[in-house]
Amino acid sequence: MTSKLVGIESSLAVSEAVKLANVDVIAAYPITPQTHIVESLAEMVANGDLDAEYIPVESEHSAMSACLGSSAVGARTFTSTASQGLILMHEVLLVAASLRLPIVMAVANRALSGPLNIWGDHSDAMITRDSGWIQIFVENGQQAFDQTLCAFRIAEHKDVLLPTIINIDGFHISHVIEPIYFLDQQTVNEFLPPYKHPYALDPDTPVTIGCFAGPNLYTESMKALDSALRESKKVILETWQKFGEITGRQYKPVEKYKTENADTILITMGSYSENAMMTIDKMQSEGKKVGLVRLRLWRPFPYEEIVEAISGVKNVIVLDRAISLGGPAPVCSEIRAALYATEKKPQIVSIVGGLGGRDISPADFITIVELGIEKIKSGKTEETIMFGVRE
Amino acid sequence: MNNPPENDQLSIAKYLRQDRLPHIWCAACGIGPALNCFLRAIDKSGLNPDKMSVVSGIGCSGRVAGYVKLDSFHTTHGRAIPFATGLRLANPELKAVVFSGDGDLVAIGGNHLIHAARRNIDMTVICINNFNYGMTGGQVGPTAPYDVRTSTTPYGNFESAFNLPLLLFASGASYIARWTVVHLHQLENTIVEALLKPGFSFVEVISPCPAVYGRMNKEPDGLDSLKNYVKRSIIKNGADPRETEITQNGPIVVGKFVDIIRPTLQENLAKVAAKAKKPSTK
Repeated sequence: MTSKLVGIESSLAVSEAVKLANVDVIAAYPITPQTHIVESLAEMVANGDLDAEYIPVESEHSAMSACLGSSAVGARTFTSTASQGLILMHEVLLVAASLRLPIVMAVANRALSGPLNIWGDHSDAMITRDSGWIQIFVENGQQAFDQTLCAFRIAEHKDVLLPTIINIDGFHISHVIEPIYFLDQQTVNEFLPPYKHPYALDPDTPVTIGCFAGPNLYTESMKALDSALRESKKVILETWQKFGEITGRQYKPVEKYKTENADTILITMGSYSENAMMTIDKMQSEGKKVGLVRLRLWRPFPYEEIVEAISGVKNVIVLDRAISLGGPAPVCSEIRAALYATEKKPQIVSIVGGLGGRDISPADFITIVELGIEKIKSGKTEETIMFGVRE
Repeated sequence: MNNPPENDQLSIAKYLRQDRLPHIWCAACGIGPALNCFLRAIDKSGLNPDKMSVVSGIGCSGRVAGYVKLDSFHTTHGRAIPFATGLRLANPELKAVVFSGDGDLVAIGGNHLIHAARRNIDMTVICINNFNYGMTGGQVGPTAPYDVRTSTTPYGNFESAFNLPLLLFASGASYIARWTVVHLHQLENTIVEALLKPGFSFVEVISPCPAVYGRMNKEPDGLDSLKNYVKRSIIKNGADPRETEITQNGPIVVGKFVDIIRPTLQENLAKVAAKAKKPSTK
């Protein structure tokens, strides 16, 4: 394998991965901060560097609908969106999952209206949580490149056949220029065999998809979909294992950072994990027993791995970059549920921060850990902390 | 933009939220002059500004709702017309003006545009047409003429554009006009007429987008586009909407194309409501 180090904007690295995956169809609509991804793909198609159809549709709802059509005839299909675009797709997103169409989508995560805000947080991913898509979060441009390639192999695996989202924090990742290792075409071809949907629409062997299901079938359909999504974890693990063997870059559903001997663990997801790592280094150098757990796989939720990573510790502080209005923050809520049945339950505190592009600096993470520990000491762990809010 | 003096009664200052300025529009963008014409038209129309609402969608033109000191609503992408429909029907006293761009009104919100025209709801739509999605960096949209360059069609657009006056005519609009931003007096007077016209009125404003569309189509300076408009524009009031298609370098037919009387949605609603309220004959 040859691997080339390139200084490139993360969005363009995603496009490069899509090109290496040799997709057949891209249907997309411009929206900040995703636009660079599809803009560069449009250019690759126009230049003849990528033999694919680029469909410039009139809205995200149409983008996802076009993706359904192309995926249903067995074409490798990619799109990208963010925020309002993702939620405008919603009707069709659920259908993509239930029809088992392995579309791959990069989401440059951004806050939701209103108020209108174009900057990053995880609101769009969280509101898409129950749509039946596999969802993976990345922390930098290299991971965005890697996971885009992995996504095709996962989604199109015959035991999975599920659409997959790569969550790439808007601006914090999408617009950052980084040194990124690219893979050569031959390596990608070996890692990602040509795609063939076993039930593609084909006039020679006609099938009907998307048909009506009454009360006698709907429940079974949902059970089948849920089982497929839960069981996709096996293929996700296999894919990451294989990718690790090729590139030396290892990915796990839940990744631990210096958690040995920690009695307090901070949990993050997405780009802020890198700032958090710097903070953990600093705090440990000062003798504080703090570690970090980074959640990479959001759906299917990695219950066993999260329990393994944090059961037995004293304090867990979960940072969510989305708010669940009127309820517990989404990531923390899952982690509490995962830990409930375990014997050595840690104290868990929920912190919501970094909404609508507000930065959380390494120094802020120290405050976050301190606030979490304070909250646990006060015994009021049922209260969610809104970090940095001006009241 | 220099802030106009607050005390100048003749200026448009009283209609602008000074605290929201300076605006975000690029130098030589056409939205500013079009907004200026609209604000002057309010005074000229004699309509009560306190009874006027401005609804915008998303995009550069969508910012208008945030800059005007009138009842205003900055909606989600493409939904300005349905928001305005609800507002207009629920509060018939309010005049509804939708001020938005081609990407918002014709692409993602295109369905709402044709249905509002079909219903002939009493509403004025001012559509800035700069032939692309300017705010997100100049991607191709449904108003981009065949073969023009955009960031997603670097070798030329392979799709055809909507001819907006024809689309609106076929859909049933009562009033349809088009001007470019070099026709400021005509544009202002047209907006006055459109505001006073019962039913659905549509004003298309051809506008430069020097930062992206212009840059990619040999008009990198806004002035290039304006000179081009002067050269290419043909004033033809009453033109058949089938002759108003805009091509890459062809003529831009401008003027008032349609001004007809059709029962408005509000009038028809009142008629049906009266029928429904008739006492039973039994």
